[in-house]
Amino acid sequence: MSKEYDREFEKKFQETTRLGLEVVKESEEDRLMTLSVGPQHPGSGHFRFTIKVDGDYIVYCDPDPGYVHRGEEKMSEYRNFIQNIPHLERPVIHDSTNITYSYSLAVEELLGVEVPRRGQFIRAIASELNRQVYTLYWLAIYGIFLGHSTMFMWPAGDRELFIDLLTALSGARVTHAYNIPGGVRNDAPDGFKEKCLQYVKYFEKRLVEYEDIFYNNPLFRQRTENVGVLTKEDAINLGVTGSVLRASGIPHDIRKVEPYDVYDEIDFKVQYMKTCDSFARAYVPFLDMRESCNIIKQLLDKMPDSGEVRLKLQSNPKGQPGESYKRVESGRGALGYYIVSDGSPKPYRVKISVGSFRNILALPHLLVGSKLGDMPSIYWALNYWPVEADR
Amino acid sequence: MATAPKEFRFGNFVASIVWLVFWILVIVTLVVLPLIFVILFFVPLPYAGDEVLTPYLFFSMMVDPTRTVPIIDFLIHTDLFRAAIFPGFAYAAIIAAATIYIERKFLAKMQLRTGPLYAGRFEGILQLIADGFKLISKEVIIPSGADKPLFWATPVIFVATAAAATALIPVAPGWVASNLDVGILAIFAILGFFPLLALLFSWASNSKYPFIGGLRALHQLIAFEIPFILSALPIVLLSGSLNLSEMVESQYLFWFFAVAPISAFVFYISSLAELERVPFDLPEAESEIVAGWLTETSGMIYGLIQLGTYVKLYVLAALFVVLFLGGWMGPQIFPQELIPNYTGEKIYNATVVNGIFWFTLKTFGMIMLILLPRGINPRIRIDILLHTGWYKLIVLAFINIFIVLTLIYGGIITPGGLQ
Repeated sequence: MSKEYDREFEKKFQETTRLGLEVVKESEEDRLMTLSVGPQHPGSGHFRFTIKVDGDYIVYCDPDPGYVHRGEEKMSEYRNFIQNIPHLERPVIHDSTNITYSYSLAVEELLGVEVPRRGQFIRAIASELNRQVYTLYWLAIYGIFLGHSTMFMWPAGDRELFIDLLTALSGARVTHAYNIPGGVRNDAPDGFKEKCLQYVKYFEKRLVEYEDIFYNNPLFRQRTENVGVLTKEDAINLGVTGSVLRASGIPHDIRKVEPYDVYDEIDFKVQYMKTCDSFARAYVPFLDMRESCNIIKQLLDKMPDSGEVRLKLQSNPKGQPGESYKRVESGRGALGYYIVSDGSPKPYRVKISVGSFRNILALPHLLVGSKLGDMPSIYWALNYWPVEADR
Repeated sequence: MATAPKEFRFGNFVASIVWLVFWILVIVTLVVLPLIFVILFFVPLPYAGDEVLTPYLFFSMMVDPTRTVPIIDFLIHTDLFRAAIFPGFAYAAIIAAATIYIERKFLAKMQLRTGPLYAGRFEGILQLIADGFKLISKEVIIPSGADKPLFWATPVIFVATAAAATALIPVAPGWVASNLDVGILAIFAILGFFPLLALLFSWASNSKYPFIGGLRALHQLIAFEIPFILSALPIVLLSGSLNLSEMVESQYLFWFFAVAPISAFVFYISSLAELERVPFDLPEAESEIVAGWLTETSGMIYGLIQLGTYVKLYVLAALFVVLFLGGWMGPQIFPQELIPNYTGEKIYNATVVNGIFWFTLKTFGMIMLILLPRGINPRIRIDILLHTGWYKLIVLAFINIFIVLTLIYGGIITPGGLQ
């Protein structure tokens, strides 16, 4: 507010008070309305952020995670390496194979063991299938966030395909506890390869429909294009990862830059976009799903038909004192485990580095200055899973 | 699980019923019947047509059902019947109920689901009744600091306003509750109340999200009010009348959709915005502002507002049919006489029944078209919405007005039909 305006206002104020009218001066603070989004807001998840709006524009944003903190890292210190598996997959049950994948890799490095070849392939297949499950679920929620009910129902229905396959592998629908140090819990059932190929081929047809109906919808594009632009430099400085990083024009995929298990034998492209907006962040996971179908086909093709899937470890394995850090590409980006061992059967310290927590750092940066109507499309495009971030 | 009280005894249950029946009998014979006779002594019996409605008449009706025909004929021509039952509120409410069921099934089929399935054995046909009972039995929670009288009154006024609009819709020749000479203006005047009600309710809720939703509703409805009215103007020019029945009658040669397709499009988009339906459901945007101006509604308050919304949907679909799709006009498919060689008094009129049939059919087609975008579109953003309303739709509406004016001044059409 300029001084001139203030003086004018004062004059007017004196006039009106003389007339006996009451005038209340509007200050900058009065213009702002504080809104609490979450944890019971339908568009937040187990997460809360406070925003201040000036008219329709957001001027302030304060993320407040931590509503579902369960102390997974501390809990890991009281259980031995094998016992840790079922509780470590809890933070992100929709991607439970990937979150135990990097843990298993790190523990295997500590124990100094190598997984049998067939086990490595089955692990990679389970990981890809579970990534599809997660991405479909994420896409479904994105539909809800944009008010598109069909976009919720279709992916949530097609997710059952991959859940079926994972149930055939592990016996559980959502929390599989399938990866364990030394391989996978059990071998794939008979006929799994054919079933998997059939489902993946059907899903590829569905993906074409997804693109036509969701991504080529002009209203979807209006909502997401040029919204929440995260430039390449900002993306690097804020340390985002996964699809958010790839949507900002950086072809960074752990499967490519640090191949683990059998990924160096697989021929695939890292999908990325250069538009840096919410549309790119919504579209890159879709491209990843399409690429993931190719990866699954190749993995099924190259998988040895028989052999061990699990290395026989002693019942309570312990390794040499030391530390290890391994990461995999999860549905939300790099998911790493830093494990310190003191030579006992229990880890001395476990640190989980999750993609969600890194991506949410970009939220205040993107929300401030955008419109209230853009809030859902920016927030959920960040590929954030509140429970995983809280660990 | 059956839910019987812990100390339940069947004997006690029967005893309580007998006790109730006893008291009802005592009160009816000692109080109600004398009261009725006292009232009947002072009040003259009402006339229905030519007959006096005495209790004896009802006994004679049991013997000869055709005696009811003049009374029914008299009743269905009263203003109360027309406003309250047909073609007024009850008809609209039944269509609204059917709309809700159709919407659920239609949307479910589009989304590869089944929709309501269990209530009522056949395809969940009684789901709406179950939902209605649920809403009635729920507690109405009024937020602290809310403006109580407004909070209670607004949902009722909402339904009443929607019902008022149904009185102006002509369903068949001569079948309209209020045949105003300025019918179209009256409908727009009534529809203009809805943003006010949304704002009142959001203000009465004393909460932030409803307030934002109410402001959004106000912005949206005002932005779309002008193209809405402008899109009806070509029809006024073509028919030379503001009376809705006359508008329908002037479409006996061709539907006005043929010369005003752009207006029809503008009208359709504007009515989507008026109804706050996807993609224009910003005032109720769930992921942004919880449920918009409906956030603090609960129980039957929510039910009333939903009823009002669906009645409003019927009104707008019916208005589209009246303005662009020839109202009740359609080929005669009903026979002139329902029972051959019947020579008593009759209430069956082939033209009217035919008109009602075609009108209802077209209205349902239009309702389906209004429901369709919900399955294929996400929500639009407020700035794009306002831009669409103020710039694009107004221009489109004017283009069609000029087309119609050219046709009229070119001598191709005169007000009232082809030359």
